[in-house]
Amino acid sequence: MRLGCRKRDVFMEFWTAFYAISFYIATFILVFGLGYKIYQYAVTPTPLKIPTTPAPVTNGGVVVRILLEVVFFKSLFRSNKWIWLFAMIFHLALWIVLIRHLRYFMDPVWALVVLAQPFGKYGSFLMLFGLLGLLARRMFVTRIYYISSPSDYLMLFLLLVIGISGVLTSFVTRTDIIQFKAFMLSVLSFDFFSWQAMPTDTMLLVHLTAVILLMIIFPFSKLLHVPGVFFSPTRNQVDNPREKRHVAPWVVKKFETSSAPTSSE
Amino acid sequence: MAKAKFNTPEFRPYPTIPILKPGVMKGDGPFLAKPDMQEALGFPGELIDDWHDVAIEKMGDLLKKYRSLRVFLDSCVKCGACTDKCHYMIGTNDPKNMPVARQDLFRQVYRRHFTLAGKLFPKLVGAKDLTKDVLDDWYNYFHQCSQCRRCSVFCPYGIDTAEISMAAREILDTVGLGQKYCNEIIPKIYKIGNNLGLPKPALANTLEGLEEDIKDETGIDIKMPLDVEGADILLITPSADFFAEPHIDGLIGYAKVFHQAGASWTMSSYASEAANFGMFIGSYENMRKVSLRIREAALDLKVKRIIFGECGHAWRVGYSFLNTLAGPFDFLDTRYPVPQHICEYTYDLIQKGVIKLDKSANDHRRLTFHDSCNVARATRMGDKPGGQFDIPREIIKACCNYYYDMEPDTIKDQTYCCGGGGGLLTDDLLELRVKGALPRMEALKQVVDDHKVTHMAAICAICKTQFAKILPYYGFQMDTIISVHQLVGDAIVLTTDVKTPG
Repeated sequence: MRLGCRKRDVFMEFWTAFYAISFYIATFILVFGLGYKIYQYAVTPTPLKIPTTPAPVTNGGVVVRILLEVVFFKSLFRSNKWIWLFAMIFHLALWIVLIRHLRYFMDPVWALVVLAQPFGKYGSFLMLFGLLGLLARRMFVTRIYYISSPSDYLMLFLLLVIGISGVLTSFVTRTDIIQFKAFMLSVLSFDFFSWQAMPTDTMLLVHLTAVILLMIIFPFSKLLHVPGVFFSPTRNQVDNPREKRHVAPWVVKKFETSSAPTSSE
Repeated sequence: MAKAKFNTPEFRPYPTIPILKPGVMKGDGPFLAKPDMQEALGFPGELIDDWHDVAIEKMGDLLKKYRSLRVFLDSCVKCGACTDKCHYMIGTNDPKNMPVARQDLFRQVYRRHFTLAGKLFPKLVGAKDLTKDVLDDWYNYFHQCSQCRRCSVFCPYGIDTAEISMAAREILDTVGLGQKYCNEIIPKIYKIGNNLGLPKPALANTLEGLEEDIKDETGIDIKMPLDVEGADILLITPSADFFAEPHIDGLIGYAKVFHQAGASWTMSSYASEAANFGMFIGSYENMRKVSLRIREAALDLKVKRIIFGECGHAWRVGYSFLNTLAGPFDFLDTRYPVPQHICEYTYDLIQKGVIKLDKSANDHRRLTFHDSCNVARATRMGDKPGGQFDIPREIIKACCNYYYDMEPDTIKDQTYCCGGGGGLLTDDLLELRVKGALPRMEALKQVVDDHKVTHMAAICAICKTQFAKILPYYGFQMDTIISVHQLVGDAIVLTTDVKTPG
């Protein structure tokens, strides 16, 4: 590859190593942090049946209910059309942008990712629009302003930094994206300390720093709504308490010495 | 009774954006339970010295026991969807009555003690230590939540503030801060068998009196059986049905239905209470203990079926929790769900033509139906989701010629709590109860104006008591509220020689 013959200076060596190692650490924290939370949610019992009714009476129905929540934000739609609109725009655009970004992590590039390329490039503007809408609501709707902590603004701010620096990198300042991909692939193939050099354009560095921060913050923040939505007992329980006895292990241990029938979900 | 020192909220001309009035409902909360009542439930008599550490330890304990609590505390993104959904928020405009803000009273302490971000950067993530001020806010504002679950319908993650307010109340109990109303009622069940503290002789006497009243009115012998061993059906009904208006007319309605169906039924003096305030205080142990009395009564009386009377949270405990708490019920007739709701029973009889209803008997009434929160959002009736909305309505429509629903966003799963649920039906919370009823009263006003509705039917003892009390504050007659089974009782065609169905 052409970067092999490029002269590496100390500056570039440093940033390459710094970002490669940061990427490993951030990924480790994201995967294990999130994995731990998912494990914690999964092993915490549900002593009582508490689906918000009307609720599905079959497992299949529950799958549909969760999908409607995850894909279409059904409850939020019933609740507030403005929040729904901005949230939907942001999350949809984020998905497309994320899929487009997969091209920097794979060689050859999947057809789906190729297909997402043009949509992803311009989707970033939609993402920013959604984020700004959410930020505006947080600042100007007094009820939401009241319930907001500094971290709620910082989270939006961080996402905005990611979005804006990404857009600038794509459309304005530009970077040697081929070289970046080579760097990323060498990171992914664990070429320790012989990583391909990373481009050091300011906007790219800002973009990566913010992304790495987001990955680290993820398992410790409200971004836990991502696994949370799947584990919410009011949404994922089948409405069948009369038909099937539902008992949690700690209850059996505490109260029921006999071998009462139990069920688990 | 103390004179009201507050103003009944004005009807809003159209749905408006609430203007926040911070601190307007700040206060000492409802009366505290006395030490002997606390101790009867196994809680400390008064606030213990090491309350902080005990509270945090209890919080950790609950986090391990309830997935709901753990997931709900982590998942909130502060999107604001719930902020205008709570009837207490709408009626008081106190921002701490926004569901998310109420949860945050709890969540701020959770974050401080159980999350890395809250331990390292408390200010940044809104984490707070559990100070005495915070504890006081807990006691005050977690007794301004009726656990009606309306917020959970609208939350994109299904976060149910009821779960958090139950946990908070259990922690408060554990450190010695119990609420008088709930905690003085539960021991009465253990001692006597019902919330009212009505002993067996008084209960028997009341029922006899009712039998005579019905005989005078209809000329027919309709029984109100108590402790009849070997009866088929055990009726578990809220004790308010034995004496309060309009509840008692509902009880008469059930008796007429059982009579006309030729059913063999009984009530129990041992389990003479459907209500289960163990749920309101978030105490699994107390909720289980109260529920087990129903199991024991069913075994002692050797019945085949259990049917619950009109009571909202009782139906939640009955439908959703009874099998868990006091099951399995394999000793009962397996052809019937355990338990059944009286509405399911009556509806089935109407469908089969076993009971005949004369709609014109209710022609002097124009009706609407108030979906009780616990029935609407925490239970089901019949086989299909939503049966809890359709079955009571079908019964009402079978009993009268004039029925009108209130605004769609105030009924069914979007129904508003009456304002007195969740252990708040006490006069020391009257201001809260009146203000919390605002959205329901607005919807009622609309059908009264548009359709000349005269009565609002309900299937919950708390709703009935609450409305009977607060309807006059909004300019309605207190007898606007009526039991669904009073309508049935008034419309049912009674005969003396009833055939027992095969």
